[in-house]
Amino acid sequence: MKILVCISHVPDTTSKINFTDNNTKFDTNGVQYVINPYDEFSLTRAMWFKEKQGASVTVVNVGDASTEPTLRKALAIGADNAVRVNVAPTDGLMVAKELAEVVKNGGYDLVLAGKESADYNGQMVPGMLASLVDFNFVNACVGLEVDGTAVTLDREIDGGEEKVSSVLPMVVAGQKGMVEEKDLRIPNMRGIMMARKKPLSVVEPIGAATSTATKDFEKPAEKGAIKLVDNVDALIDLLHNEAKAI
Amino acid sequence: MSVLVFADSSEGKFKKTAFEVVSYGKKVAEQQGSDMLVLTINGGDASELYAYGAEKVIEVKNDLPSFNAKAYAAVIKQVVEAKAANTVIIDSSIDGFTVAPLVAVAIEAGYASNVVDLPSSTSPFIVKRKAFSNKGFNNTEISTGNKVVGVAKNSYGAHENVVSGSVESFDATLPDLGVKSESISKATGVVSIADADIVVSAGRGMKGPENWGMIEELASVLGAATACSKPVSDLGWRPHGEHVGQTGKPVASNLYIAIGISGAIQHLAGVNASKVKVVINSDPDAPFFKAADYGIVGDAFEVVPQLIEKLKAFKQA
Ligand SMILES: Cc1cc2nc3c(=O)[nH]c(=O)nc-3n(C[C@H](O)[C@H](O)[C@H](O)COP(=O)(O)OP(=O)(O)OC[C@H]3O[C@@H](n4cnc5c(N)ncnc54)[C@H](O)[C@@H]3O)c2cc1C
Repeated sequence: MKILVCISHVPDTTSKINFTDNNTKFDTNGVQYVINPYDEFSLTRAMWFKEKQGASVTVVNVGDASTEPTLRKALAIGADNAVRVNVAPTDGLMVAKELAEVVKNGGYDLVLAGKESADYNGQMVPGMLASLVDFNFVNACVGLEVDGTAVTLDREIDGGEEKVSSVLPMVVAGQKGMVEEKDLRIPNMRGIMMARKKPLSVVEPIGAATSTATKDFEKPAEKGAIKLVDNVDALIDLLHNEAKAI
Repeated sequence: MSVLVFADSSEGKFKKTAFEVVSYGKKVAEQQGSDMLVLTINGGDASELYAYGAEKVIEVKNDLPSFNAKAYAAVIKQVVEAKAANTVIIDSSIDGFTVAPLVAVAIEAGYASNVVDLPSSTSPFIVKRKAFSNKGFNNTEISTGNKVVGVAKNSYGAHENVVSGSVESFDATLPDLGVKSESISKATGVVSIADADIVVSAGRGMKGPENWGMIEELASVLGAATACSKPVSDLGWRPHGEHVGQTGKPVASNLYIAIGISGAIQHLAGVNASKVKVVINSDPDAPFFKAADYGIVGDAFEVVPQLIEKLKAFKQA
């Protein structure tokens, strides 16, 4: 099985979010970039297939050269090789189209992604990619097994879970639950050394057009100070009369 | 040119979010000076949609056992084409998030998800959306002729606006499904975090799973869903589905009550979208006190039982 794992390069969860240039640009100053936490679940599942059933694992990112350390980290975790599509991403559809080209050229059976990336929270690239390459698609996946070309999956639904079946080729968007969190991998020294020698190929973009553009950013309104009370009567009163929440 | 709203349903009942997107679509249609059509697939009683301003409901009935992304996208595309719609509005249920990108590709539309407000302008079409795990917003312009807008839960809200509507049935052709539903398991009798107006959440400060009785009781008095912080689900005190935060579920409820939760940044990332936040914590320096609207510094084991008693009395009054 040939697996492609889409890796988004995002600010670490503890990053302070600021904007510059009149709020038109994200301020990368002091921001630590990591593998998107949702993608980690998919990458870990891919490692499992590689070790238990035999599979090759390629990781891919659409991004400029600054994302290479993130791809190297995925290689250190155990992916066999990496592809970087050399263009800074501007919107979901453009990223999906660039990824579709990689999928078409690579002959992959299974494409794994995270259900959203922690920066723009678009929740769109995996579904768009599946449509563009005409692969079957399951979103919000919390369980994935592959037997030959038969695939069984659990997906989250509002208020529960659904068991579904499908066949390869597929795009699957994973999230927490797809693997146990304790099984998520951290690169070790040996992995890091090996990653240096693994192939990371840079391909030029097809020049997919964008369909949306960020005009500017805003920060959430400053919150007023908390109202502290020392008894539950006062709390109920505030929740009822002031906040109208009960 | 018209606005097509997809009103999602489950087991023949409209989701709460369906009423939000219909309310939203009505306004966008007014802004654009166009009409609004509401599409349902094996949905509920259309008159429920009339209450939110749906004058024209397009009903598709078929024997699909449940949601199927590919089939729903194909149906939406056929309706868009037949009715010359150009703006598709979809909710933020998990199904909504699943089908919207497929629709965007099918009708060659730009898609903005997690939208929190009406378009600030419809020409050019600019909407405000949540980003950076609720730590920012971005104003996005959709530059394509066709547009898909995903409306974030509880952001615009459902607005009653009773009209006399009518229903038209529509025959759509289904593609090969690609993905087959085998079985569905839903917790019955409990409010799910996604649908809840009120969420009662508790953290490691509860000391152990045996102390969750009062959390459940408080939730039941309020008609709320129960939730927890990550260590609580990691420790197995509560099911994983209740874990709220950056790596867990996002909550966009009207009221979020956090009991014995410190308020680490990863937890807050999942609750920022809630309107009113209450914290009960014995440590006055807990970071949650900076993020909440109301708070009590106190021992949960004393405060929560009192809160339950007083709320019961309040509800009866
Ligand atoms: C990459 C990453 C992702 C993460 N994702 C998430 C996430 O999605 N969700 C999440 O929740 N966490 C997440 N975390 C963990 C997060 O950083 C915190 O560790 C976690 O939120 C703390 O949970 P807690 O507040 O329940 O526990 P604690 O930190 O142990 O805090 C317990 C609180 O209870 C209070 N308390 C104790 N006894 C009482 C009492 N009797 N009455 C009242 N109050 C009392 C204490 O004062 C304290 O404030 C993540 C961490 C990382 C590194």
